Amino acid sequence: MVCFLAVSGFKLYLWSVLLFAGLTVALAAMLIVAERFFVDYGICKLDINKGEEPVEVEGGQTLLSALYSNEIFIPSACGGKGSCGYCKIIVTAGGGPVLPTEIPYLTRKEIRSNVRLACQVKIREDIFVQIPEEFLNIKMFSATVESVRKLTYDIKETHLRLNEPQEILQRPGQYVQIQALSDEGPMFRAYSISSPAHDSNIVELIVRIIPGGIGSTYLHNLKVGDKVTFTGPYGEFELDDDPSVEIVCVGGGCGMAPMKNIIYTLYEKWPHRSCWLFFGCRTTREIFYLEQFQELGEKHPNFHVVYALSDKLKKGEQWNGETGFIHLSVDKFLEPGVPRQAFLCGPEPMIEAVTRVLEDKGVRPKDMFYDKF
Amino acid sequence: METSALVILVAAILTNNILLTNFLGMCSFIACSKQLGTAIGLGTAVTFVMTVTTIINYVIYHYILMPLGLDHLTFIVFIAVIAAFVQFVEMFVERFSLKLYFTLGIFLPLITVNCAILGASLFMIIRNYNFAQSIGYGFGSGVGWAVAIIMMAGLQQKMRYSNIPKPFQGIPIAMIVTCVLAMAFMGFAGMVSIQ
Repeated sequence: MVCFLAVSGFKLYLWSVLLFAGLTVALAAMLIVAERFFVDYGICKLDINKGEEPVEVEGGQTLLSALYSNEIFIPSACGGKGSCGYCKIIVTAGGGPVLPTEIPYLTRKEIRSNVRLACQVKIREDIFVQIPEEFLNIKMFSATVESVRKLTYDIKETHLRLNEPQEILQRPGQYVQIQALSDEGPMFRAYSISSPAHDSNIVELIVRIIPGGIGSTYLHNLKVGDKVTFTGPYGEFELDDDPSVEIVCVGGGCGMAPMKNIIYTLYEKWPHRSCWLFFGCRTTREIFYLEQFQELGEKHPNFHVVYALSDKLKKGEQWNGETGFIHLSVDKFLEPGVPRQAFLCGPEPMIEAVTRVLEDKGVRPKDMFYDKF
Repeated sequence: METSALVILVAAILTNNILLTNFLGMCSFIACSKQLGTAIGLGTAVTFVMTVTTIINYVIYHYILMPLGLDHLTFIVFIAVIAAFVQFVEMFVERFSLKLYFTLGIFLPLITVNCAILGASLFMIIRNYNFAQSIGYGFGSGVGWAVAIIMMAGLQQKMRYSNIPKPFQGIPIAMIVTCVLAMAFMGFAGMVSIQ
């Protein structure tokens, strides 16, 4: 009797699983067939900046992927999930109404002027878009890892030599999107370029490893000779052309990459320009590039470097620089009332504290730029 | 004598309204009853989905689950059917009526998790309806739900200009109005009756 029950129990489970699996497969098959049948919009025309010849694209896909397949790389940090809000472009006709998924990322003014998120707009008919000239300059690069250097226990500096195209026209403060290979397929992750703009054949990245982070894990595992693909350059920051304007860079953690680019580009162009670099670390193990910047400071007397440690020194450690959080050093060294442009890069509380200090020193909010992470 | 499908239809709208007597489908009822247009759109979509899923679920239950003695799978199978069907409707509407698609927009996927839809299918099983009765019940429940949300939207549009005490604004007053509405529907009791 017991034996009989066990068999019928087992059979019951088997049938249940089989039936449910069968039903799910049948429903999924039905949906796939329906999708083939319904989601076919034929070929639509995509007109970019009132071009003479509209491109022909397949309907049913998103505007972002249609632009990607035509080698127009709109910035998108989230990869088209509608969660970063970077892929804003103007759609003058054929985009349909603004979707509820876009509203959180658009201001009222942007909605009035037809700004849309390219990753949310689906192509169903002929569509007319306006793309800033800057985005049209963005290219896809293939590169080879030339060298990898460990800067601290968790930060690596990676040199990528460009293969195709061989040159990148970048401005300091701009970033590239690395195609990181992960278990879930390729994903794009944004990193600032740390090599100066005049080194146009290489792209250098400074990356701190984040446990479980897709981009940083990928970049930290690269070896010399590996091939890397990325798109860029992205970002709107522009250095002030007036040499009398002082440049202030404030970084914390691994927020060094854009600063390094700014500083080296600056001294290539204006050897006598005044510039401050403030860099906040917790302990001596997090310090990097200090000697390199001190050497630069000897060559260019108007370049000032201040590193500050926020944690207490351990026994036996030597440190004759600043201590405390970095905004205190900014407050201590900067004279008020000098025309300045500031670039901040670091964790959010640091940015907030430094912004307050800089405002007290008379820096206008429009002259402050930041990268929060 | 067996209750006719027509009686069940009327009963499902008035005396046994799935929303006002069973309080199923409350979340979208409260959330999407601010504007008459949206309410009509959602009500129509729910009616359609409810009618068709009740029919599909009837067939699956009586011709697949019962003969195999697998009626313990009822819930999960019904949910899968409803989810797949809503996906299908979404594709269909997007292709053939873009205007309706943008009006319903995010509400279409919401129907998947509308408990009134699953409720109608389950009541049909519990109350042992035959095929004709099930169609009547599914369609009637959908219409009943639509009637309730459309009435509610009309009331909410009026209420926008009334002076509601602050702690009652928004959801609290919507709950109270629903309650009064449900009590008003009790007046239909006795007109027709089903189990």
